[in-house]
Amino acid sequence: MPPVLELRGITKQFPGVLANDNVNLTLEKGEIHALLGENGAGKTTLMNILYGLYKPTKGEIFINGKKVDIHGPTDAIRQGIGMVHQHFMLVPVLTVTENVMLGEETTRGGMLNRKQVAAEIREISQKYGLHVDPDAYVKDLPVGIQQRVEIIKVLYRQANILILDEPTAVLTPQEVEELFGIIRSLVDQGVSLIFITHKLKEVLAVADRITVIRRGKTVGTATPAESTEKSLAEMMVGRAVELRVKKSEAKPGEPVLRVENLVVKDDRDSVAVAGVSFEVCAGEVVGVAGVQGNGQTELVEALTGLRHVESGTITINGNDATNVTPRQVTEMGVAHVPEDRQRDGLVLNFPIKDNMMLNTYYNTFANGMVIDQEKVQRISEEWAKAFDVRTPSINVPAGTLSGGNQQKVIVAREFSRPTRLLIASQPTRGLDVGSIEYIHSRIIEKRDQGNAVLVVSTELDEIRALSDRIAVMFEGKIVDILPANRVTKEQLGLLMAGSRPDNLGSVITEDVAAPL
Amino acid sequence: MGVSTANHPAPRAKRASQRIQLDRLIDLLLPLIAVLGALVIGAFILLLLDVNPFEAYRAMFWGAFANKNGLADTLVKATPLMLVGLGIVIAFRANVINIGAEGQLIVGALLATFLGLQFGGSLPGWVVIVLAVLGGIFMGGIWGAIPGYLKARLGVNEILSTIMMNQIAIQVGYYLLRGPMIDPAELEAGTNIPHSARLERVVDLPRFTDIAKSLGFTGTAKNLGLDGIQAEIYGLLAEPTRLHTGLIFAIIMAVLVYIFLWRTTIGYRIRAVGLNPHASRYAGISVKSYVVLSMALSGAFAGLAGAIEIVGLHHRMFEPTAVSAGYGFSGIVAALFGKLHPLGLIPSSILFGGLLVGGDKMQRAVQVPQVFVTMLLGLVVIFVVSSEIWSRRRANRRVSVDTDEEAGE
Ligand SMILES: Nc1ncnc2c1ncn2[C@@H]1O[C@H](COP(=O)(O)OP(=O)(O)OP(=O)(O)O)[C@@H](O)[C@H]1O
Ligand SMILES: [Mg+2]
Repeated sequence: MPPVLELRGITKQFPGVLANDNVNLTLEKGEIHALLGENGAGKTTLMNILYGLYKPTKGEIFINGKKVDIHGPTDAIRQGIGMVHQHFMLVPVLTVTENVMLGEETTRGGMLNRKQVAAEIREISQKYGLHVDPDAYVKDLPVGIQQRVEIIKVLYRQANILILDEPTAVLTPQEVEELFGIIRSLVDQGVSLIFITHKLKEVLAVADRITVIRRGKTVGTATPAESTEKSLAEMMVGRAVELRVKKSEAKPGEPVLRVENLVVKDDRDSVAVAGVSFEVCAGEVVGVAGVQGNGQTELVEALTGLRHVESGTITINGNDATNVTPRQVTEMGVAHVPEDRQRDGLVLNFPIKDNMMLNTYYNTFANGMVIDQEKVQRISEEWAKAFDVRTPSINVPAGTLSGGNQQKVIVAREFSRPTRLLIASQPTRGLDVGSIEYIHSRIIEKRDQGNAVLVVSTELDEIRALSDRIAVMFEGKIVDILPANRVTKEQLGLLMAGSRPDNLGSVITEDVAAPL
Repeated sequence: MGVSTANHPAPRAKRASQRIQLDRLIDLLLPLIAVLGALVIGAFILLLLDVNPFEAYRAMFWGAFANKNGLADTLVKATPLMLVGLGIVIAFRANVINIGAEGQLIVGALLATFLGLQFGGSLPGWVVIVLAVLGGIFMGGIWGAIPGYLKARLGVNEILSTIMMNQIAIQVGYYLLRGPMIDPAELEAGTNIPHSARLERVVDLPRFTDIAKSLGFTGTAKNLGLDGIQAEIYGLLAEPTRLHTGLIFAIIMAVLVYIFLWRTTIGYRIRAVGLNPHASRYAGISVKSYVVLSMALSGAFAGLAGAIEIVGLHHRMFEPTAVSAGYGFSGIVAALFGKLHPLGLIPSSILFGGLLVGGDKMQRAVQVPQVFVTMLLGLVVIFVVSSEIWSRRRANRRVSVDTDEEAGE
């Protein structure tokens, strides 16, 4: 039997970038095929070609042994190919049903037939264990559920080849488990899957076969049985990778950030941060662990001036920083890597260089009111080089960068200026192992230069690798702050779920992923 | 380049960059192609009206561009289009839509007239001109800032509020021109036509011919023995036409707005707010203030256009809608036409001014109804807007299309 899908010699030339160079890939029926590669290796490009969003410069696509021409997503859908993008493409103000129908509206007598579609959605949900409420508004759903909506959208169009581009980057460990359950039941029903991720553990756990691409070329194919995290990392990057951060004992100094009884509300006006107190000292990393949606986002927004503080105080370097503007926070010497890079961290239509000056354009890069273009050009180039931003030029829009390289632009910007306090939210979300290694070592370097560092991450491994002390957040409160070397992963997991390791009279709620 | 670590064979990259330049050129010419498209459809309609399209269009182009008076009129109309358009560009860059340039132009013209009448006899002419222009800028700015503030503070849709501000401006204008500002001569004669007295001559913005005279070019083209194109150009610059120095002022403004938007911190903020308000907030920019500021600037340019119309062309205020003459709307089209770029506005305003003038001339020459001209302008708008959408789509697909030839090699 011919493979369900075969890509032969796919080549894609962007102006100045050879994104795919003679890539081959075969997908067998019912297979979970992992696609691995560094940031900017060309994974998304390859999938966009398969989905008809880009036209390949060269190469052929075969489906069930037959050569096909795919000129656009409509063709791809007709061939049974469905794609869930790295950055979701849902309309927040519409309901789940409406989003699923979009572009493929079922009508009855000229009217939208929501009922029937909702019923079909329920049926798909049942079949694959994808639980969603068809009448909920997408904007009210947590990311994990939004992703299910994306998957349902694709299944509704009867896809049997499913592309998932970094589906786990934004998920909590719990949601990842659920997603894997869904993936397995899909495969059981005969769907074949291409799965892109940077998390080697996941690859080893769920893939049947692994293809690695590096700088646009296929490097090789492997099976989980014959691979280890280390071997995969080496294949991807082309050199040995240090998977654990090397760091010395912290030498904490004076407190730089002091938070007392902080109360913050979320967008729906309910209390998200419920009386939090802690300190971060110069020269130490405090990690905030917790399941997404337990107030971490709001906490960071309040600290950086983006969200109103209801009560309590924030002190930075001895200055009152309660309800000050983001500009004032920056000027107190705070760097901030925001959680949602495309929303808050970048102006995607601006060239890379204009993004490099995003929060210092008015002082570092300007003489009075006039922006010093020469300086912008020079310093941006320097930073892009130092942080290995892969791009043909710093004059191209930041939106054309691969996801990981977009993150590197933000990190380059925030790490390259003198600061006292570094607040990093999900600093390595979507980054490849090599870049994670690099950014982790830069964070430790910042610490050793005397910065106070607050890292918020849903990745337990990341928290454990970086932190000197770990604060666990649950339902808006910090349930405990522990020295990192005296807590196990299991204990952290329990704390994050709202129960004390020594006291199993747990207060765990039914659906941890649900919003507060 | 330099920061690249990706592989990109040099010749390919070079060819790709040539393609990009070609694409840019096509994009720049697109508005012209759109105009041609509109003219072709117009030609069919002319045929239905039993009019020879060649004759009609000839009348149009000759009327607008090929003689000194037509060209002067074209440039006179281009001036307010350019100024209004600059304001529209600023607002668009901040992602706010200003439909209120009509009203802003009217209130600017009103205050300019008032200041001109008030001080025309007592202060030196140029001081009064400066005062009137500043008054126009100020008043238009306020008229723009109000909807801006309503949007930023209360979330009021700026399209609705600016349209309403237009109505208010028109009615305020009629009130003033029938009452406090009415020309005393009208009262005496009892005709009560709503217009103000004429401003003192010292308050007139110099015309090109005035400047030419002061430089010593007093002769006419005929007695200098010029003919053909030379005569027309000499005529345009030196002989008495309505062409005034407001045009030069508008062109300088276009260059300044370009520098402002792309070289200053305020321009950077305006563009950032327009493209991503979330990231702007993160960057410490007060998004609301910049929404208000961009609307105020947008209004200020419309008000400036009004003031320039008064001191440069009309020298008195009359019926508000006749002074604004639709520039508040056609300025939007000129801005789109100019690719929402301040420098693009210079040719696009002239072209559009030419269409306005030429349409009039055509109407008189071949006796098509006035509405045909309006329709032709409407067609141009439709073509320009759809070519805009088309070129954006092309830009999206470009990366995939421009490598085709290489695939064949
Ligand atoms: N539309 C585009 N125009 C120009 N260059 C592009 C475009 N899209 C992608 N590229 C370039 O092609 C290369 C591959 O990008 P791609 O998004 O496929 O990487 P990726 O493997 O998905 O990376 P990541 O893991 O960071 O998402 C990058 O160098 C990127 O800058
Ligand atoms: Mg990608």
